[in-house]
Amino acid sequence: MLSPTTEEELSTAVAQASGPLRIQGGGTRGIGGPTPGEVCSVAGITGITLYEPGALTLVAAAGTPVAEIEAALAAENQRLPFEPMDHRKLLGTTGTPTIGGVVSANVSGPRRIQAGACRDSLIGVRFVDGRGTVIKNGGRVMKNVTGYDLVKLMAGAHGTLGVLSEVAFKVLPAVERVASLHIKGLADEKAVAVLSRALGSPFEVSGAAHAPRGRTGDPMTLIRLEGFAESVSYRAARLKELLSDAGDITVQDDPATTAADWTWIRNVEAFAGTEGDVWRLSVKPSDGPEAAVRVGGDVVYDWGGGLVWARVPAGTDVRPLLKGLPGHATLVRGDSKGRAIFQPEPAPLAALSEGLRAKFDPRGILNPGLMAQAQKADA
Amino acid sequence: MEMPAPNASVTANKAHIVTRLRRVLPADAVIDAPEETRAYECDGLTAYACPPLAAVLPATTQEVSDVLRICHEEGVPVVPRGSGTSLAGGALPTADSVILGVARMNDVLETDYDNRMIRVQTGRTNLSVTGAVEEDGFFYAPDPSSQLACAIAGNIAMNSGGAHCLKYGVTTNNLLGVTLVLMDGTITQIGGAHLDAPGYDLLGLICGSEGQLGVVTEATLRILPKPEGARPVLMGFDSNEVAGACVSDIIKAGVLPVAIEFMDRPCIEATERFAGAGYPMCEALLIVEVEGSDAEIDEQLNVIMQIAGRHNPVALRQAQSEDEAKRIWLGRKSAFGAMGQINDYMCLDGTIPVSELPFVLRRIGELSKEFGLDVANVFHAGDGNMHPLILFDANKPGDLELCEAFGAEILKLCVEVGGCLTGEHGVGIEKRDLMDTQFAPADLEAQMAVKDVFDPQWLLNPAKVFPLKASASRRAAQVA
Repeated sequence: MLSPTTEEELSTAVAQASGPLRIQGGGTRGIGGPTPGEVCSVAGITGITLYEPGALTLVAAAGTPVAEIEAALAAENQRLPFEPMDHRKLLGTTGTPTIGGVVSANVSGPRRIQAGACRDSLIGVRFVDGRGTVIKNGGRVMKNVTGYDLVKLMAGAHGTLGVLSEVAFKVLPAVERVASLHIKGLADEKAVAVLSRALGSPFEVSGAAHAPRGRTGDPMTLIRLEGFAESVSYRAARLKELLSDAGDITVQDDPATTAADWTWIRNVEAFAGTEGDVWRLSVKPSDGPEAAVRVGGDVVYDWGGGLVWARVPAGTDVRPLLKGLPGHATLVRGDSKGRAIFQPEPAPLAALSEGLRAKFDPRGILNPGLMAQAQKADA
Repeated sequence: MEMPAPNASVTANKAHIVTRLRRVLPADAVIDAPEETRAYECDGLTAYACPPLAAVLPATTQEVSDVLRICHEEGVPVVPRGSGTSLAGGALPTADSVILGVARMNDVLETDYDNRMIRVQTGRTNLSVTGAVEEDGFFYAPDPSSQLACAIAGNIAMNSGGAHCLKYGVTTNNLLGVTLVLMDGTITQIGGAHLDAPGYDLLGLICGSEGQLGVVTEATLRILPKPEGARPVLMGFDSNEVAGACVSDIIKAGVLPVAIEFMDRPCIEATERFAGAGYPMCEALLIVEVEGSDAEIDEQLNVIMQIAGRHNPVALRQAQSEDEAKRIWLGRKSAFGAMGQINDYMCLDGTIPVSELPFVLRRIGELSKEFGLDVANVFHAGDGNMHPLILFDANKPGDLELCEAFGAEILKLCVEVGGCLTGEHGVGIEKRDLMDTQFAPADLEAQMAVKDVFDPQWLLNPAKVFPLKASASRRAAQVA
């Protein structure tokens, strides 16, 4: 195992590598099972290098634990806008999630519908490409259009275009109060329609989820509001009135309960410790229920219906079932044998992706088997 | 600003190229008469002009594809153009290039309120996207100052921002999908109404690539429900430092205004003479706007007024009516016009860490004396995106060059303090040759490698973004 503790050591390690490398942060998000090669862990490159609360910016080494960053932000009453998911319960992994891992997989939570994904808060990166060259893009300011946006390209590239060494974020103020509207017993299609009405209202919904089997086992629809205390009360009342024909609505604003509810959604705890494969479907929100019907099995909806977590019998390939629905499916939990982990792209886009990979990692040593090359092999 | 010499074999081949273009486009969509191509000789950066070989105005994605295929086969550079409002020379032609204007493609293709999105052809103007959905209570958030005229195509190419992006983000945060035509004519679809990418984030890569990777003909945009209301507050301070500290304190207090705008004394004086908005005469002025219901606005403004009060403001004025709100914004919105009345000006666009604001403003003041040119500052303070306006006289020999040299010093200063050359206008030709102050050769090489993948012959908008020296070998390969 390679365990560099500085960007320079990482650069040397990659430059001198003679075979494939398996890039790892905390090792908690191994989507699709292990890739071949010697482990190259970035977990030793740690530390918050800059945090300016007054400028809403934070810069950290890629191996910095997410918990360390969240604690530093909380001390200044701020937070990561995109509410990154913790995969450990879902995947049954152990270890310490790192911020580099979050960025590599573009991990976002329920607040994605309001505050954007991880890639939307990411304002700068430093990384080591497949030759060992150190490259920077973006910076530490939130408005920056200087040159191409490789920051977005690196977010969600799963380490296949370069190994992240440093990441910079725009952060946001934490909130005074959180409240959730709970509606019980809705069928999926009705629930997504209600979420859509809430998201189309001016009341700044920051979470819109539905679980046909909620924490109590019954269908539960959840709509979250955040902000200053009086504002949250006002919006909760208005929204309750707006959605009154949807059924009995209760407003939950106990901090511990709302936090637990949304953590349950965010981390897909419904599927923790269960049998079967788990797929992550990204679809047009109003297509969510249709996608769920086609795939069968247990589902949890987030992002107003646009993110569907589906648990199906091991070995199921859901992609043929979803044919014709715009969007894509990722195999998050399950043996990837015979199935592409990531949705194969149409030919022209696959050619672009392969072209990018060949430029950034000409020897094909960074996480081979993930992303573009895997799709080529399976196509 | 140097532009590469036109490729003589292309200019000599004009008749043949135009004939081929006419075969795939309606007669009035191919413009090649010298007196007519002049209309496309420059964009918003009017100091530089060069008529193109020809201009084409396709009306469909297929026509765009046909044009690009022909230009690809003939080795003709193509300069995509939205509405031509770029302040960075992003749509400046060369004599051997074909201007591809998307102005005829301005339809709304689909509105879907359930999924909070709109699909438009990219020649549509920014403001008319909001125009198409506002009666139903929605809006499109990015709001560049040129929003009345600028096209979505240009917004995507430059990843445009605006005054309200502190809360709503810039174009890339509000773009869900595109139809992208590659230089060889291949039509591709990236993204759609779903929220994230299946593979690499090509959508994020396209946005802000200044028309160098492909031509975007259709876009799926995120639309948002309109807030119940908005209200600005005006505050004046007796130093830039105090105003800067106030901005920082507001942000730290957990309020997220939709806009925090900053004007310095030269700018206040000029706009006051021009627009008479009733601004207090002081060193620095902030306009802070928040949104929500009346009660929510009161709650937020209470916090903001208290913070401002602690910084000994010389003026603190909350809009009590729609009319007062308009007057508060009037001066800010007339700032560029006011400067234009006084003189020619160059508008810069660097971003700095908010904490460096007082230092950078002081340095700009010193540089202003050294160069002997006046400068006024008006900018988006919440995100550190500065817009220094340098005044010069275009009729005075050497003044433009002096102004450009001064501008370059300011942009280098922005980079030195940890910021960047451009926050929302783009690099274009204007900041092209300063790129190596912000990026090491390997950083630029990585970006140019991306262009190699999308446009191996470097035919799309080739002489922009990268220092001419850095891109020379790639552009030379195209000519050969």
